[in-house]
Amino acid sequence: MKQLVLIAGGPLLLYVVIVLLIAVIPAIELSRLPPGPGVVPLTPLQAQGRAVFASNGCAYCHTQQVRPLAEDQVFGRPSAPGDFAYRTPTLAGSQRTGPDLTNVGVSKASDVWQYIHLYDPRAVVPESIMPNFKFLFRVMPVAPAGETAVPVPAAFAPASGVVVPTSEAKALVAYLLSLKQAPIPGFEAAGAAPTAQTAAPAASASASASTAAVAAAAGGYRFDAPRGQQLFSANCAACHQASGAGVAGAFPPLVGNPAVNADDPATHLHTILYGAHGVVIDGKTYASPMPPFAGQLSDADIADIANHERSSWGNRAAPVTPAQVAAIRAKGR
Amino acid sequence: MPPRSAPPSIGASPPADASSGDAALTRVFVAYTVTATLWLLFATAIGLLLAFKFGAPDFWAGEYFSFGRLRPIHTNDTFYGWASIVLVGLAYYVAARSCGTRLYSTRLAWIGLALFNLAAIAGTVALDLGYNWGDLEYREWPWPVRLVFLAALLVTAWNLIGTVARRTSDEIYLSNWYTIGAVLWTCVIAIVAVLPWYQQGLGMMAISGFYMHNAVGMWFTPLALGLFYYAIPKVLSRPIYSYALGVLAFWTNLMFYPLLGAHHFLFSPLPWWLQTVAIVCSVAMLVPVWGGSANYLLTMRGRYRDMIHSYPLMFIFVGVIGYLFGSTQGTVEAFRSLQAIWHFSNFTVGHSHATMYGFISFAAWGGVYALLPLATGKNAGRKGLAMHFWMALVGSFVYVIALSIGGTFQGINWVQGKPFIQSVVDMQPYYVWRGVGGALMFVSHLVFAWNVWRMTFGARGDARSPILPAGREATA
Repeated sequence: MKQLVLIAGGPLLLYVVIVLLIAVIPAIELSRLPPGPGVVPLTPLQAQGRAVFASNGCAYCHTQQVRPLAEDQVFGRPSAPGDFAYRTPTLAGSQRTGPDLTNVGVSKASDVWQYIHLYDPRAVVPESIMPNFKFLFRVMPVAPAGETAVPVPAAFAPASGVVVPTSEAKALVAYLLSLKQAPIPGFEAAGAAPTAQTAAPAASASASASTAAVAAAAGGYRFDAPRGQQLFSANCAACHQASGAGVAGAFPPLVGNPAVNADDPATHLHTILYGAHGVVIDGKTYASPMPPFAGQLSDADIADIANHERSSWGNRAAPVTPAQVAAIRAKGR
Repeated sequence: MPPRSAPPSIGASPPADASSGDAALTRVFVAYTVTATLWLLFATAIGLLLAFKFGAPDFWAGEYFSFGRLRPIHTNDTFYGWASIVLVGLAYYVAARSCGTRLYSTRLAWIGLALFNLAAIAGTVALDLGYNWGDLEYREWPWPVRLVFLAALLVTAWNLIGTVARRTSDEIYLSNWYTIGAVLWTCVIAIVAVLPWYQQGLGMMAISGFYMHNAVGMWFTPLALGLFYYAIPKVLSRPIYSYALGVLAFWTNLMFYPLLGAHHFLFSPLPWWLQTVAIVCSVAMLVPVWGGSANYLLTMRGRYRDMIHSYPLMFIFVGVIGYLFGSTQGTVEAFRSLQAIWHFSNFTVGHSHATMYGFISFAAWGGVYALLPLATGKNAGRKGLAMHFWMALVGSFVYVIALSIGGTFQGINWVQGKPFIQSVVDMQPYYVWRGVGGALMFVSHLVFAWNVWRMTFGARGDARSPILPAGREATA
């Protein structure tokens, strides 16, 4: 009997001690961490959306933690302990079958985009393998009073009737749009788009170099075309589509877009830098907000994107240089 | 240490079976094995459907068949339906036989079985209805369901300890150290995971890191290792190579394994010291892993030719290699430099299948094929054993290799800063191969179910007794 007590009790006791030291005591400390600056609790609607998120297992494919690694910079600044203050469950995730969602409220700021994407992900991202969440929507003959139908592209819309989000879908989208990292005062990620520092060298150095290159290339643009396409794909294609055609009734086309094709790039660059809202193009009003990219992309990146847009899909507009981007950036919003 | 033909320690070989006519024990063993097999079929059918959805995301996308609802059902039912129930059934058999006694309580064993199954059924229904506790891996069941599972563990612990207390020998055979330890530790894990007070925000992440690895490594791993210590000597009719090495592996596993959980959250905002401790202990795990594996392999030394004639031994051998390979892979994955590429990628999914399938499931199958015929007196068919073995082995190889390669490319894509969607596109061929491997694995489980039927209620097959003659090469 004594032997049994030793063999069963000894390891049990040792294990309890280890568990207290490695898990429970650190967790007690970590549970008491104060919220970071600007980190606020969710509203009841957003909290309801978080429950929808968890109950449908979204966290199995989407993380919500940004690591202090260069490859994670596209998702935002590194996650800080204070970010998790009101996040129970944390929904940090362990796999990125799909992208990280820490900042999805910034990068996909349009609720219309979120609704279309949930209804049928392939309507806005053709290569997506995310399941559709049509069960969070109802198809009705006409939208009831006070409800807005989702402008699903015709190829993906039901044969008849309109698509109306359920209260669960609304809560989920409210939650997704709430996912924004609060800026940490004084923090600036290494390699992320600085405003003042590279703007000045770009203005002087590349003003001569790049402009000369562009000017020298008669009839064609001299810019980093593959990089422009990659940046466009990563940052712009979700709404404006790889074809530049946009999504009818939701996101404006860039093909033949007056701002993109204007010889004066001021409006074009200002829109990329500082976003837009309620823009009227060819008589159509686009209510969805476009997020600003001034904080994430450098002048050279934005010039590459703009030049990709200005030279693709039949667009033929005068090229822009990083110096011009820097000049518009300097003027501010 | 030179190999010894007859280790002196009396505990080094499992005591001879006390009686072959323990009908109550046989019924318990059969019932655990049969319900576990049903869970295996269900959980891996779901797994196959999930694999298909990677290529056809709109297939069965309705609420109750949605990927995010089914994914935790697949993982939880393979863990708590299949692997837990089959290994507890085996632990009961090993405890009773190695102690030369009857079970402390047949009734408790039945109550435990009912509780395990009740938890798995209720958990499955709850997850499908969307009652998912925060997508926290392997503890998604609502807390009342996890309390039912805890009750099943407590009943099992009580019964196993009671059985060992009635042993006729003086020593407690090593297998029982592992299985009793596993059940008691897992009670602690279950309690720690369910209490809410220290699980706010980042505290919850710390507990998740602890839980997702301890629920695997302090539950399935010791259950399977304990089974090895009984089944390998039993099948070979020879003592284990070194009892002392087994004891060393037991204590070092206990010292290092519980501390490595945070390696799932490297580069997270969890305290850096916690992450570093996890990495150091992941390396230290090489001691019990290599020590334990060497002990099993040295026990089989000189008898590898016999494996050709013994599918139970082949399953166990793959299980040992799965343990050695999967655990060593886990150590390598824990290095920060490699984690930067592999974390969040499908490499991790390949790893979890290399271990839960290549190690745990193969160990359980080896145990069932080695010991169930001894209990029921019925063997499965040779063709059935061969089909199960080869399809499961080839299927899991295809599965793990495809996801390991694909996951590596996925991680490199991210490091190179390509648009995220590129990593989704590039994974497609590997998802297809994963489905091919998964299909083979699932079909092999159908054959396993057929084999279980023949070893229990059906017509006996033509396979030989799992016990190989001692000390000489078996002849064809």
